[in-house]
Amino acid sequence: MALQSLDIAKRSATTTEPPHARKTIEVAKLIDVSKCIGCKACQVACMQWNDLRDEVGSCGGTYDNPTDMTDQSWTVMRYAEVESEERGLEWLIRKDGCMHCEDPGCLKACPSPGAIIKYANGIVDFHQENCIGCGYCVTGCPFNVPRISKKDSKAYKCTLCSDRVAVGLEPACVKVCPTGSISFGSKEDMKELAEERVAELQERGFKNAGLYDPAGVGGTHVMYVLNHADKPSLYSGLPNDPTIAPTVSLWKGFTKPLAMAGIAAAALGGLFHYVMKGPNEVSKEVEAEVEKELEAEK
Amino acid sequence: MIRDPSDLQRYNASERANHWVVGICFILLALSGLALFHPALFPLTGLFGGGVWTRILHPFVGVVMMLFFVVMFFRFKHLNQMTQTDWEWVKRAKEMVDGDDHNMPEMGKYNGGQKLLFWFLGAAVLVLFASGIVIWRAYFSAYFPIGVIRIGALLHSAFAALMIIAIIVHVYAAIWVRGTIRAMLYGTVTRAWAKQHHRAWYRQVTGK
Repeated sequence: MALQSLDIAKRSATTTEPPHARKTIEVAKLIDVSKCIGCKACQVACMQWNDLRDEVGSCGGTYDNPTDMTDQSWTVMRYAEVESEERGLEWLIRKDGCMHCEDPGCLKACPSPGAIIKYANGIVDFHQENCIGCGYCVTGCPFNVPRISKKDSKAYKCTLCSDRVAVGLEPACVKVCPTGSISFGSKEDMKELAEERVAELQERGFKNAGLYDPAGVGGTHVMYVLNHADKPSLYSGLPNDPTIAPTVSLWKGFTKPLAMAGIAAAALGGLFHYVMKGPNEVSKEVEAEVEKELEAEK
Repeated sequence: MIRDPSDLQRYNASERANHWVVGICFILLALSGLALFHPALFPLTGLFGGGVWTRILHPFVGVVMMLFFVVMFFRFKHLNQMTQTDWEWVKRAKEMVDGDDHNMPEMGKYNGGQKLLFWFLGAAVLVLFASGIVIWRAYFSAYFPIGVIRIGALLHSAFAALMIIAIIVHVYAAIWVRGTIRAMLYGTVTRAWAKQHHRAWYRQVTGK
């Protein structure tokens, strides 16, 4: 707890309050899709800073390379070709990765104490030393982000460079982006920046331009400026209205204490029934009857 | 305990062993499952060598239980068909639980409560096995869409909790009804026990 930026706001599988006396500012990364040229410098920077090297895969017929996130590729560029009457062919490129939800579905689903941490600054981080490899984070995530390593069965994803942020640096992808498409700062500042950019885009004819900071997960600490914010799904399936699935909320919600109470009630009910009603023993009459029957047999 | 030659055989050795394999697996599954079910019980993972080992072992133990349960299910299925008398017994079960079993209808080898438990456990094992496969991340989850996995996780937890409650009732019933546990330990019950609790079965096996 030495680093103020690493104060904890939420901890997986922990029912008591984490320490949060100190207040830190919330950070956010803003990805301006309209400025992205798809160069993948962010992918490279992510690999370099985090000491990752994915296996060489195969070409899927598009620029998507690798074709999906893995335990070694925490961010990937997704290239969508979208045709509309209004604008003809558009190439919508989105840098995919963890959205760092304010209300993280992964953390809600995780059964292992301290395997998933949400810092006070908003970063959601996986602590692999506490990860048991069950994959519940995958089940809980509304954005299909966590990946389980085939080698060590631990879950991995973008850390928003929590190690860099902790010492006052911006995430590696932000540092390297050549077009200024990715910005980093306080969430408030990033929203302001987005507002300016959205106004600019609207002026230039993208009347549905807007900020993607979905309220269904309490907002995110990775936000997008989308030139078509009315249809996020155009951007390689970015969820239109992401929320923690109702099945996950039910699985991880009030049903847990309810089930625990039910189990305890069954066990205690048995004990008190025994103590109050006594055992169900064979009656003396039946015993005598059986004796008689056996006597008669002889 | 000296066993009486007039005691009645209720379970043979193979049936008893079968039941204990299922029972031991169930206890291991309940403890490891509860460890991952609620944060307060996570320390139970210590019994299995830590969280990772708990996660690895639980599904394999589940498969063993399912296999032995299936054998047991088909062994006892024909003895567990509900009859009119069984429903009558179920209706009057409250009287018996309150301590008066004089008005209970005569039962065969199993009473209505045991039979209902049998069918519930059959359904629960089926649901737990199917949903367990779906949420078995290491081998199978990749073959199912995320919505199905979420339903699987929910059903697995719900049926596990219900099954734990059902087994607590099952074990308590065996403790409460004195002279029952020996049937599963060495296979026999006294004649008086049989006549008191399963009179129709008593008549059937003794001819009285």
